Amino acid sequence: MNAHELLTVLVAALVTAAIRFAPFALFPPGRKTPAAVEYLGRALPGAVAGLLVVYCLRGLHFGALSGWLPEALSAALVVISYRLIRNSLLSIAAGTVCYMLLLRLVV
Amino acid sequence: MKGSRELRTAAVKTVPVAAGYLVMGFGFGVLLVARGYPALYAPLMALFVYAGSMQFVLIDLLAGGAGLIETALMTFFVNARHLFYGLSMLDEYRRVKRGRGYLIFSLTDETYSLLSSGLPEEGLDAGRYYLGVSALDQGYWVLGCLLGGLAGEALPFDFRGIEFSMTALFLVTLTDQWMKARDRRPAAIGLGCALASLLLFGPGQLILPAMAMILILLLFIRGKGAEA
Repeated sequence: MNAHELLTVLVAALVTAAIRFAPFALFPPGRKTPAAVEYLGRALPGAVAGLLVVYCLRGLHFGALSGWLPEALSAALVVISYRLIRNSLLSIAAGTVCYMLLLRLVV
Repeated sequence: MKGSRELRTAAVKTVPVAAGYLVMGFGFGVLLVARGYPALYAPLMALFVYAGSMQFVLIDLLAGGAGLIETALMTFFVNARHLFYGLSMLDEYRRVKRGRGYLIFSLTDETYSLLSSGLPEEGLDAGRYYLGVSALDQGYWVLGCLLGGLAGEALPFDFRGIEFSMTALFLVTLTDQWMKARDRRPAAIGLGCALASLLLFGPGQLILPAMAMILILLLFIRGKGAEA
């Protein structure tokens, strides 16, 4: 790991810890949480999930079948299986295995 | 022995987390090694970063040579929800005398969901029980990451495509949010802004503009009946 990579990990660790410690530092007993902070807390997780899905699939390209079909089929399997069975580990494993197989089959 | 009852209760209560953390940690370790990093980095990141989704994102940020500011903002976005776990545990944790710093550091989604439901039995020492659950959960995660890293290095298996586990993880999160949320606009805004940013700025620069658009739109719809 080079210096930039080490710093990247360090930044992620520090920001994560800062987020977890912030409430205890910023909101002493009895002080009310600002409404905007509470709102973002409720709204951000959904938005971030959407952002991360697009981020993960940002490399898709539609010039060839192999550029999008394995992803599309595996993603459909993840979403449909999760809606039906509601077991996150099972859906993640099924989607990943499906993708790994398709990568080797769809050329 | 003092605290053994709390530890036993914590061990029983954390069994479901153990299953999830061992499996996802294993996947993380395999993925990190498949991307060309040494196996030992997996448990080290599990010890010091200790944030499931963010560790997966971090692999991509590392591989793409992301800047430090981009990394900091992405970490804030992905982990911002943890602010609210802390807020809801404020009073509980203030009463804990020993190990409070560690309890705060290690408050992940799963640990929070166990601890926020309160003490499972009467007469337990809350501080010891909280510490037991928190430390066991992180232990499973570190162990999963370590085993995954070692397996990735040792097994002569072609792991090509394993990176889809990260896509699948976030697809499950999104589907779950979509099914549970009373207000689906935040999820739609996240998807829409990221897509717009991808089309406008390309795959290499999509994060920062997307985050800015998301914040602006979320604040815009606030007060217009927004309830996540």
